This record gives sequence, C-alpha cells and structure tokens, in this order.
Amino acid sequence: MSAVTTSAVEVGTKAAPRDFGPLTRQMFVRYSGASGDMNPMHYDDTMARSAGFPSVFSQGMHCAALLASFAVDWLGAENVRRFRVRFREQVWPDDVLTCSGEVTAVEPRPDGKLVTVELTATRQTGGIAIGASADFLLPG
Amino acid sequence: MSATVGTRGTEYEMVVERGKIQEFAAAMQSANPAYRGPDAIVPPTFLASSVLWAPEGARLGHGFDRKRLLHGEQEFVFHGPPPRAGQVLKVVDRIDQRYEKPGKRGGKMRFVVIVTEFRAEDGTLVAESRSTMIETAPKPDAS
Repeated sequence: MSAVTTSAVEVGTKAAPRDFGPLTRQMFVRYSGASGDMNPMHYDDTMARSAGFPSVFSQGMHCAALLASFAVDWLGAENVRRFRVRFREQVWPDDVLTCSGEVTAVEPRPDGKLVTVELTATRQTGGIAIGASADFLLPG
Repeated sequence: MSATVGTRGTEYEMVVERGKIQEFAAAMQSANPAYRGPDAIVPPTFLASSVLWAPEGARLGHGFDRKRLLHGEQEFVFHGPPPRAGQVLKVVDRIDQRYEKPGKRGGKMRFVVIVTEFRAEDGTLVAESRSTMIETAPKPDAS
C-alpha cells in the first residue's frame, strides 16, 4: 500500500501487475450502487439478452475504477492529478483483468515531480479492455 | 434535446461523504487507507457518482440515440489534492465540444464532450470531469 518513493520513479519504470477477477455479477452490482449507474445492462441478464448481448457486462467505469485502484496503490492516492480512460473492449462475467502500468514522462515541478503513466487493463484473451493515462504529483 | 456548445446545466450540491467513499473503494477492490476514516479523500473516478446528487433535469443530455451510444473516454482532472470527506462541492455541467467524423461504413459519427466542474464553496475550481460520448453512424440498411 505504501506508494513508491520519488527516487524510484523514472521513465520506463513499471509497476508490478495486479489481477482483478474472475469478475462476478455481484461486483457489477456493487459498482452500480456505489456509483449511481443503474443501467440494467450490467445486472439484469434478461434485459441484456433481449438487447442482443450474451449476458450482462461490466460497466466501463467499473473497470476504470479497478485500474484506478491499481494506479493509486502504486503512486499514491493523494498524488493523483489527472486520470483519463479510453474504453476499448467489453468485459464479461468470469473475465480476469490484468492491470499494468509504465512511467512515460517525469517533469520537475516546484512542488515535486509530475509523473505521467500509461495504464492498461487487459482481458485473459489478450484484448485490451481499457487504456488509461494519468498524472501523479509526487512530493519532494 | 441536444444542448449546444457553451450551454450550462443547473448547479447542484454534492456532499463528499466518507461512507460513500468507503463504499466506492469497496467497489474498486481497494484497501488503500486513504479511502477510510474521517479524512478520507476521493478515489480518481469517484466524482462520477455526482449523478447521485443531481436533481432531475440539472445535468445536460447528449441528445444522442441510446441504441448507438458509446462512452468513448472519461477524464478526471484535479487542480490540487483530491477532495476530502466533509467538503461540499458545487457541481455544474457544460457542453465543451461537439464534432463529427465520417463513420467507418459510411454515415457520420457524432461526438460530444461534456465537462462537469466541481467547485469548493469559495468558488475555487477543484476538479473537472470530461466525458466524451459517441453516437455511431446509423447502419446503412436501417430504414
């Protein structure tokens, strides 16, 4: 849980990957309640099937939250200054997401170092579910 | 109804609550201590839950066909440390951009960027959310 120290971060530094899953419908429901996204495509199989999907699927923002969870444990919850996600592939029950991240830029600032990272949540199929880019201001 | 660029929604209040932060942290499978206790701060994507505080009609609609709607990108920007439990934020939506691109199989894709501003009680802009929604081109064979 302890975030990295400033000296340990340079361009090319990678975080140890973390897996989330197998994902369950209960996780989707928990995210619905926590976020207020009550779209039934994420918890009502009958409705999802009638809309042409094989089953319910994860909210893109649920996967974004898992990737954010991974990123803040790496670089510090207090330090986040920007977090941008691009939604790529749908994520289904029983999927396992592997989160990974790499530092792509480090810029000195008067109050520390602004660290830019590229983050990816990849499905067990190898398909990229979401990509993200984030800035963290590391003090010191 | 599709609001034009520059249109602003109705401002509403969002109270940052520690219980709600803890619930969100559980949904993101985070055991990070920054999300626990009376001084909890908000996780990177937590401000998406401002929807829970918006009165009917306060938020701006994209005006797109729901059957062809995609959430393309979502960005959160913090102009300082993330907001903390106990803070009261003033929240308002605005339409930042609208543009079109040719669809891969003809027709056109429409894009809208909706920015949600989060201000402290003294008016300081503390965070912004930028949501890019996409309406895919209609199927060529659709009547």
